[in-house]
Amino acid sequence: MKKIAKSNLSALFAKINETKDLYVPVKNGEQVNFAAYSEEAEVDLTALKTVKSPKDAFFPQSENLYTCFNEQGKISITPEELQDKDFVVFGMKACDIKGIEVLDKVFLSEPVDSFYAARRQHGIIVGLACDKPEESCFCTVFGINPAEPTADVAVYDDEDFLYWNALTEKGNALTETLCDLLEDADNTAVENKKKEITAIAEKLPYANLSLEGWNGDALTEKFDSPIWEELYKPCLACGTCTFSCPTCQCYDIKDYNTGNGIKRYRCWDSCMYSDFTMMAHGNNRTSQMQRFRQRFMHKLVYFPANNDGMYSCVGCGRCVDKCPQNLNIVKVIKAFEKGGKA
Amino acid sequence: MQKIVERAKELLADGTVNRVLGWKKGDMCFNPEPAFFETAEDLDENFVYGGFCGANLSKYMIDASKLEGKTLVLLKPCDTYSFNQLINEHRVDREKAYIIGVGCKGKLNIETIKQSGVKGILNITENGDMLNIETLYGNTEMKYSDALLERCHVCKGKEHKIYDELIGESQDTSDRERFAEVEKIEKMSPEEKFAFFQKELSKCIRCNACRNVCPACSCRKCVFDSTKFDSSQKANTDSFEEKMFHIIRAFHVAGRCTDCGECSRVCPQGIPLHLFNRKFIKDINEFYGEYQAGADVDAKGPLTEYTFGDCEPSIVKERG
Ligand code: SF4
Ligand code: SF4
Ligand code: SF4
Ligand code: SF4
Repeated sequence: MKKIAKSNLSALFAKINETKDLYVPVKNGEQVNFAAYSEEAEVDLTALKTVKSPKDAFFPQSENLYTCFNEQGKISITPEELQDKDFVVFGMKACDIKGIEVLDKVFLSEPVDSFYAARRQHGIIVGLACDKPEESCFCTVFGINPAEPTADVAVYDDEDFLYWNALTEKGNALTETLCDLLEDADNTAVENKKKEITAIAEKLPYANLSLEGWNGDALTEKFDSPIWEELYKPCLACGTCTFSCPTCQCYDIKDYNTGNGIKRYRCWDSCMYSDFTMMAHGNNRTSQMQRFRQRFMHKLVYFPANNDGMYSCVGCGRCVDKCPQNLNIVKVIKAFEKGGKA
Repeated sequence: MQKIVERAKELLADGTVNRVLGWKKGDMCFNPEPAFFETAEDLDENFVYGGFCGANLSKYMIDASKLEGKTLVLLKPCDTYSFNQLINEHRVDREKAYIIGVGCKGKLNIETIKQSGVKGILNITENGDMLNIETLYGNTEMKYSDALLERCHVCKGKEHKIYDELIGESQDTSDRERFAEVEKIEKMSPEEKFAFFQKELSKCIRCNACRNVCPACSCRKCVFDSTKFDSSQKANTDSFEEKMFHIIRAFHVAGRCTDCGECSRVCPQGIPLHLFNRKFIKDINEFYGEYQAGADVDAKGPLTEYTFGDCEPSIVKERG
């Protein structure tokens, strides 16, 4: 166990930034999101949840794949380079780190996504234990411990110090490069902090949410339920829930016309959108009810069916906080538990 | 609230309406959702109307207008402007709506409460002018008037512009100058203006919530959803595209936006989208005479009608 005085954090960030790219939670107006570190950036480690999840660091909202350039009939194609520089994402929470495990299942299984794989290889995650879990958090329902982020390094914010505990090879190597700034510490403060977090986590309003009946085998039963008809109606078909979610993984690939060529890029897509997976024959989900159902069926039924029972919701509660009309996965789970209105 | 439920049940029972469009209790006191009710039991069990019922239900009436029979819709004073505008644009059917104008004393913004530093909210109760807030980390309180949505600070007044009947008292909650923020921006240099909007709009995640919630954005297919449109559509591939969506949208709702405030309410990134629209409203007021979209159901929009008093295109040069 190591520690560093919080007053000295900018030195730590600067040191990391000397050799690596660094992403930290940055406040812009009232919102906090992960962004590249700079001396001017207002780093905010107190915000529990960033608006967007930090999945951007591994799977950016939009990224170029290759560029085609047409010069007097000669077309050249330049593929985008893969990430080859190490980078650190500082301050990810336990739920968001589990979210990356979910993305791994998608992007690291055959055929491996080389863009994502390169970022995973070069990315080092410093996880921050959750100082004050909030009412919308329900990570524990998915077996996630907010006091033990499964990162390369777990850090704990306790009064004047940040405690630093390397957990993996990558974490040890990073610690090594920072040895001038980190001092040895004993475990007491961290053990107390963990107890504090666990005690709050038990009292969270959604701590006892039951996932009974949600599994890979529930396909027909859940799919055919009339409850979806009741639930979807207020949905705006926006992408707030999907774009803030740490596990939503769908993307679209499109061409951007640059005038003398194209940039082929991919960007996050949302199953809530009417043009999602649009094909020549039209869209395979023709109503908003079907699109709404897809999001939750994917998280709670299809994903576990294909991934040994692993859910693709990590209980971060972002969709709970951010849905403009107050719909969310918790309400869906509760509605099914109640068996709908009738 | 009980009065609304009783009246809604009567109207359902005597067949005046087939369904009720209102708000359903959430699983927390601050997260009610828009909902349709078809039975008295459902209303008794699930209906709610309170401080967190900010959602403007007018736009849901586009779809409800296509359903069998009438829909009882609950509209707050500011929501009625949107409804009028939708009638004006032939997007909703007046005959398919039975409107109860519900009283409003300003709606609360849970984001504002959280941004004041309150964490782990378990319950919020009204206590006169105060909100008692119970949290995982102890209890606290806040003034009701400090927790209002931005739009309530520039309230258009307590009058419902269209209704079949009224239930409940309303209050004019305005305590800010509607165009003050716009004026501040107008005074900036072009570089400052650019930097201001760049900073705000670069937060946009293109979730489309602002567009999808907007009663003036009622095109069946938005140009930004077209697969044939040669732009980057769903993503901000460059800093121009990032702004283009917002600029096009602002132009497209100019003269039709009632300033209902929904875009700013729903934006997950807290972008002050109302500023764009208010700039247009302010300019329209100056160039074409005072105009409030949705105030009068038969009004001719200033940008769709020609009069001799209209400003000339040269105004662009004159203003610099
Ligand atoms: S559930 Fe909410 S956030 Fe998601 S698409 Fe519907 S309205 Fe938007
Ligand atoms: S579905 Fe909602 S709660 Fe679950 S991981 Fe996604 S945003 Fe978080
Ligand atoms: S859901 Fe759990 S891990 Fe995520 S922020 Fe909340 S307490 Fe932390
Ligand atoms: S609601 Fe906000 S984040 Fe979403 S598209 Fe509109 S401006 Fe962008």
